[in-house]
Amino acid sequence: MHAEFLQFLFSGLTVGATYALAALGFNLIYNASHVINFAQGEFIMLGGMLAVFFTQAGLHWAPAFALAVLLPALVGVLLEKCAIEPVKDADTVTLIIITIGASLVLRGLIQVWLGKGAHSLPPFSDHAPFSLLGATLQPQSFWVFGVTAVVVALLWYFFSRTLAGKAMLATAYNRVAAQLVGVSTGWVLLMSFALAAALGALGGILITPITLTSYDVGIMLGLKGFVAAVVGGLGSGLGAVVGGLLVGVLEAMGAGYVSSAYKDAIPFVLILLILFFMPRGLFGGLSTERV
Amino acid sequence: MALLEVDRISIQFGNVRAVQDVSFSVDEGIVYSVIGPNGAGKTTLFNLITGIYRPTAGAVRLDGREIQGRTPYELARRGMARTFQNLQVWMNMSALENVMVGAHLHLDGSLFKALLRTPALRRRDRALREESAGLMEFVGLGAYVRSRADSMPYGALKRLEIARALAMKPRLLFLDEPAAGLNPKETQEVDALVRRIAETGITVVLVEHDMKMVMNLSDRILVLDYGKRLAEGSGPEVRGNPDVIAAYLGGHA
Amino acid sequence: MSMRGRSFAGLGILALALAVAPFLVPNSYYLDLVIRMCINAVIVLSLNLLIGYAGQISLGHAGFVGLGAYASAVLPAHFGWHPLLALVAGAAGTGLLALLVARPILRLKGHYLAMATLGLGIIINIVIRNEAAWTGGPDGMPVQSMELFGHELMRDTQWYWVVAVILLLSVWGALNLIDSPFGRALRGLHGSEIASQVVGVDVPRYKTAVFVLSAVVASIMGSVLAHYVGFVTPEVANFFHSIELVTMVVVGGMASVFGSVLGAVLLTALPQALATFEGWEVVVFGAILMLCMIFLPRGLVPTLAARLRLED
Repeated sequence: MHAEFLQFLFSGLTVGATYALAALGFNLIYNASHVINFAQGEFIMLGGMLAVFFTQAGLHWAPAFALAVLLPALVGVLLEKCAIEPVKDADTVTLIIITIGASLVLRGLIQVWLGKGAHSLPPFSDHAPFSLLGATLQPQSFWVFGVTAVVVALLWYFFSRTLAGKAMLATAYNRVAAQLVGVSTGWVLLMSFALAAALGALGGILITPITLTSYDVGIMLGLKGFVAAVVGGLGSGLGAVVGGLLVGVLEAMGAGYVSSAYKDAIPFVLILLILFFMPRGLFGGLSTERV
Repeated sequence: MALLEVDRISIQFGNVRAVQDVSFSVDEGIVYSVIGPNGAGKTTLFNLITGIYRPTAGAVRLDGREIQGRTPYELARRGMARTFQNLQVWMNMSALENVMVGAHLHLDGSLFKALLRTPALRRRDRALREESAGLMEFVGLGAYVRSRADSMPYGALKRLEIARALAMKPRLLFLDEPAAGLNPKETQEVDALVRRIAETGITVVLVEHDMKMVMNLSDRILVLDYGKRLAEGSGPEVRGNPDVIAAYLGGHA
Repeated sequence: MSMRGRSFAGLGILALALAVAPFLVPNSYYLDLVIRMCINAVIVLSLNLLIGYAGQISLGHAGFVGLGAYASAVLPAHFGWHPLLALVAGAAGTGLLALLVARPILRLKGHYLAMATLGLGIIINIVIRNEAAWTGGPDGMPVQSMELFGHELMRDTQWYWVVAVILLLSVWGALNLIDSPFGRALRGLHGSEIASQVVGVDVPRYKTAVFVLSAVVASIMGSVLAHYVGFVTPEVANFFHSIELVTMVVVGGMASVFGSVLGAVLLTALPQALATFEGWEVVVFGAILMLCMIFLPRGLVPTLAARLRLED
């Protein structure tokens, strides 16, 4: 009984870490541009798929993974330059549709190039599964937690202690003021997209040994990452992490205790509830419309 | 009994007391102005009375009945109309359509009849077009009757909002800085327009910066400063008030 | 030419095109395509009312189409209902669901509204996929044919005239609606909600009305589609289908009745044209979405109309 609960908890936290990385990506872009990047999920997919491609092509895992993170970052920059910047002040609907279009393009291209099959990566370490308090924990889960924790710590350091990070935050709060003190908001925008894509891709690489990857994992992962971002409060870094873990755990618990067939529906029921009753999320701020 | 009574109304945004304990009353048929330096809380006061904000304390009474906290939609049904400082014109429609929708409360909004375009609806629409064109003439926008809203200059759009508000056939009209951003000639035209409106019996409450216009037009004036009532009375009374002079000429550090 | 005059001209041209089309198409493959175009056009019209005119957004509309389609499949098959009754029940049920979620959902704006409608659509899709005992699961299920006044609607040509008439009536209704007090109040919602409130428009009620209307229309056309094809699969209610519908609105022209029809025509034909290039279809769709929103944000028909200076 107890062991079962822990099992679900661990697997929920593991996939929750991926959602957290995706949610951080959403928040980065949202903070910099008030755009919700529906293509975020495809960055996750790209990370996993490219890692598979490069390792299968014979590269050592280090350069393979590095490329699998850098290339999506470049794609992120491309996306910002070609699709977002030209229409920066457009309607919300317009921007949403553009990013949806971008996600379709990315997904379609991968489908054409790498096919529809599912792929896996070998786990990062060769240990047998651990037994912890009666539950089985795969070593890969530790990698997922560990790397995510390190990344989150690095991000926290970047945003609170470095000038570049603070410049990005400043742009999020008030773009004009940031410009007036010399922050290059164009650069901030580019960095945000690149970083968001890199984070997503990293999450994709981490989770592939456990859940496999294929050309169409992006949609669900991205949407669930977005749910996590909204649950935590759009724009809040802490919210993204907490939201991601929460969504992951609730999903795993629901699948385990209620119904595994409806596993995918749980995050969406969750987001409807959050949007109906607590649209600002757990850590989001208030805002009013000035008339 | 006054038409509108504002009774110790206050609102706080976090720690900022935007409006504090303001009271005044407006009799039917007069032109009442609210003036004060920038940031004095005039528009906030408007928003409180017209249902955009909910006060944290105090009451607003229309015909003796409390209306604070009611939605703008409910207040419209009681005959309250307003214009906006930062225009809220429907740019996706024509100028005439903007005015036509102003008459919404007097129209048949039935979906069913709309889908079928019944003869009665058609007749009413034709009459509505004529009435709306007439209102545009009344506010001096006769030249724009065939224009789209997004092709009109700023000054014209300000007057379009007024025409839209008039289409509602209101008892009480709130004008939020109708002369803001206008040149002296346009300001004079707005001045004349407000007089014409007042002559039709509508009670006008006005927020304005332009002192000359306010002094000319108003029957009574309320002066706000830092969200509080500084002075209230007729033009000459207010003009001679030493506190008012200090506030406007910089008695504050 | 006045706006009403233009509308009637457009309606006339559409009627003419619809009357002539079945005689011009070379074979039944193309007739099938035209029928699907008409069905999509009606759905897109109602969706455009919601997105283009009222300024809301729905990324889950295929869910409503699916509800109607599966109502028409499940109710006759498992409960023995008459197909017409099933269609009405489906529409009523969908309308009720839309009514229930409308108030909380439509209080949201922008991204939040998009996500909520998206979530709703996905949940509907998942339910359809999972309840295999009723719905046949991922493989789908057959649909009994529709009976109208004792006639069984079987042949292409019969269906064609049915959907052509539905389309014509829908376009006529939409044109009437836009130029009416209800329609103008609706357009005001897009322009400025606060101004609408201030002139006495009951904003929540109007948003709800147009949301429910577009959901009901989607459901009815879902039923029509189900009976016409004779088979339903969960794909009818999936995310990509919702995006296809939004693409049709956006490409054809937001807030444009004839734009809706054009968007439906173009984007129903496109997947067929690309069918041999599997995978690329998705890429092209995505590319069209992006290019259209970047360069023609108002859509084809409004942009063309402005260029030809048909607007005064």
